[in-house]
Amino acid sequence: MERKTINKWFWVWQFEEEEKWLNEMASSGWVLESVGYCRYTFVRCEPGAYTVRTEMRPYDDQYVKFMEETGAEYIGRMMMWIYFRKKTEDGVFDLYSDIDSKISHLDRIGKVLLAIGGANLLIGLANSLNPGTRFGWVNLLVATLLMYGLGRIHGKKEALEKERELHE
Amino acid sequence: MPGTPALTEATYYILLSLHEPRHGYGIMQQTEELSGGRVRLAAGTLYGALNTLCDKGWIVLRTVDEDSRRKEYLLTDKGREILINEVRRLKELARNGEMILGEEM
Repeated sequence: MERKTINKWFWVWQFEEEEKWLNEMASSGWVLESVGYCRYTFVRCEPGAYTVRTEMRPYDDQYVKFMEETGAEYIGRMMMWIYFRKKTEDGVFDLYSDIDSKISHLDRIGKVLLAIGGANLLIGLANSLNPGTRFGWVNLLVATLLMYGLGRIHGKKEALEKERELHE
Repeated sequence: MPGTPALTEATYYILLSLHEPRHGYGIMQQTEELSGGRVRLAAGTLYGALNTLCDKGWIVLRTVDEDSRRKEYLLTDKGREILINEVRRLKELARNGEMILGEEM
């Protein structure tokens, strides 16, 4: 089977763009086969034969099994992101079908960003005050980026909450 | 039932599908069939909702046979009561809508 690997970077708040790109690849005849750190390996497929989905979720064996029972195929995971694909002939494939569950997905992402961002902030501050090290700014930079990410996720969440005032 | 909060459409159809014991995929299929294809439960949404419903005691999970580890969900008495109340609530909504818009519908 013909394969190719593409290195590509997505910021955490770009997970929808990432998913869109993976589906464009599938439409053009390359379906995701495995994931690595900023590395995506694709294998040849009939153009449009698959739908690919990704979400953030702590490791949950039961969940993967549940997804497989619904006809989805587990591709792999990277950090806390998990990837699935399903044959388009087996029906529409989505992970979330109502606003509440989309919001709780964003909450999961937000919690992780807050935890890692907060830790970097503390380490950065401690290192800045410690004359023995000069790398406190690295943690502060990471913390700033993650807090920016948190803001982007929060923006998405607010848009959904506004929608929820009218319907599910 | 004063003060009983409305169920989400997903919750409603999950409980309704479990009028007979079913596994996860069976709930998705039954919901789609009952609603004539209008309501589709995505697997992640369904998984979260099933866990919440189990925690609340409206449904229970039981292992069908130990070898295949196949599991199915069952409606509890509490779940059935909530579902019946919801149908009453929905009837009221529909009745009022028809009464007021009657001629336009």
